[in-house]
Amino acid sequence: MTEREQKRRQTPSQPEEAVEELPAASKQGDKLKAELDDLLDDIDEVLEENAEDFVRSYIQKGGQ
Amino acid sequence: MAIRKVCGIETEYGILLRGAGEPNPITASSLLINAYVARLARQASAVGWDFEDESPGCDARGFAREGSLAPEIETHLVNAVLTNGARYYVDHAHPEYSTPECSDALELVRFDKAGERTLALSVEAASESLPAGQSIAIYKNNSDGKGNSYGCHENYLLDRAVPFTRIAAQVMPHFVTRQIFCGAGKVGSEAVGGGEGDVTFQLSQRADFFEEEIGLETTLKRPIVNTRDEPHADAQKYRRLHVIVGDANMAEISTFLKVGTTALVLAMIEDDWFARRDLTLRTPVAAIRAVSRDLSLREPLVRVDGSSITALELQWELLDLARKYGNERGFEAVGEDVGAEILRRWEATLTALEDDVASLSTQLDWVAKHQLVEAYRDRHGLGWSDPKLAALDLQYHDVRPGRSLFARLPMQRLVTEESVLTAITEPPTTTRAYFRGRCLQRWGPAIAAANWDSLVFDLGTDPLRRVPMMEPLRGTAAHVDTLLERCRTPGDLLEALGSTS
Repeated sequence: MTEREQKRRQTPSQPEEAVEELPAASKQGDKLKAELDDLLDDIDEVLEENAEDFVRSYIQKGGQ
Repeated sequence: MAIRKVCGIETEYGILLRGAGEPNPITASSLLINAYVARLARQASAVGWDFEDESPGCDARGFAREGSLAPEIETHLVNAVLTNGARYYVDHAHPEYSTPECSDALELVRFDKAGERTLALSVEAASESLPAGQSIAIYKNNSDGKGNSYGCHENYLLDRAVPFTRIAAQVMPHFVTRQIFCGAGKVGSEAVGGGEGDVTFQLSQRADFFEEEIGLETTLKRPIVNTRDEPHADAQKYRRLHVIVGDANMAEISTFLKVGTTALVLAMIEDDWFARRDLTLRTPVAAIRAVSRDLSLREPLVRVDGSSITALELQWELLDLARKYGNERGFEAVGEDVGAEILRRWEATLTALEDDVASLSTQLDWVAKHQLVEAYRDRHGLGWSDPKLAALDLQYHDVRPGRSLFARLPMQRLVTEESVLTAITEPPTTTRAYFRGRCLQRWGPAIAAANWDSLVFDLGTDPLRRVPMMEPLRGTAAHVDTLLERCRTPGDLLEALGSTS
């Protein structure tokens, strides 16, 4: 067992807390997924109109 | 004993002027900054930069440069010092913003974000004077996707007494592996030499561009550890480690971890903490690319003793050493409260990287961008070479609020927006930037020039008078507030300081 694993296993009461936190975490995950779906819905409106031209025209010489 | 890790970030922003025919990024950058400065000039709160003490060609290894290209200072280009103590200028072909000196990582997150807001305000100001049909877009990233990179450089104050060779060797493993939490993410690859067709997404914007371990260059054959030796402070006591290996971050937690862990590792190096454990990697240049391309975070890297270690394991080792360091020596060098917060977030982040990377999608840039790109690709059934994904990557970094994809994500913050807006014009209170910023606020028209380590006053009658500021931790609010309150005019100030011409 590495020193790090020992240390992390010594961390008190993590397993119990983790069990209790699961529903909250997955609820938060659902919320994020819904938000991401919303973002994807309007991303085509926000995204530069002609992606190919936009990407091609973006040239940045002379940087450090 | 390690000295306080005064720190700052200089960001070269990508710039795109559209509708103007042949693009000229130098002109566009000048136009952008001039528009912002012109707005400020009505309040007389920006002055020219003083180049007298600049010597970017000096090398920390102690020899003069030979056969390498010195970074040029282009004094004819726009340069302004802002009332928050920052410098805003045209560097090469980019607008660049250097934050004021900050005394800890959290404060630097705030000023780095204020820089982004300054660029967004500049776009707004410039658009008022642009001809119809023209527009400027600004990107806080590090690559144009065609093999051209531009930097986001960090700076840390170090004790001159610590040998540079030790600093370079011992910070290297951190620079190779810290990208697992501070990479900004990139669609595809731009490494020289080809054979990169199968890289779809990588952790870092910059890893493709590093070809040497140690050196002075910043634009060609970039080194992982840069040797520029230009302390902008008392050179007998200090050096400034100029870090060119990092990505520009949008996510505050990425910036906080990037600066916080690095400041802590540097403090540990100063206190010779790594004498207990050698984490040296055999081939850092190959390793930095391997780490960037390994989204599983499981790729073994070879250590000098021939054993192997993953980037994640190496970061756990560093954290373990840092925890012991904190217990024995405290966190004075990085700020007591901030130091504890660095450890806490460092551990939480490594744990999540190990067990549940997706849970970091509201915290770290590369995870957020990866999730966004994957979801978009999935929804539209796009191949990795589709230009829409490259556009998505680029637009993640757009600083304009209406266009930024980052701004649309539910990212966690470490500082309030109100405190960021304050930082656009108000200096940090805990470094010499405070003195610089306050003097500019009060007596801008009487300041002929400013530099990191001096202010030059022009009172109209006497010769120009230079006030040296060679100590980055003097000139704080605690030091100079009473003095400044007592002075009604810059003449009062100079008299009180007893400065000579």
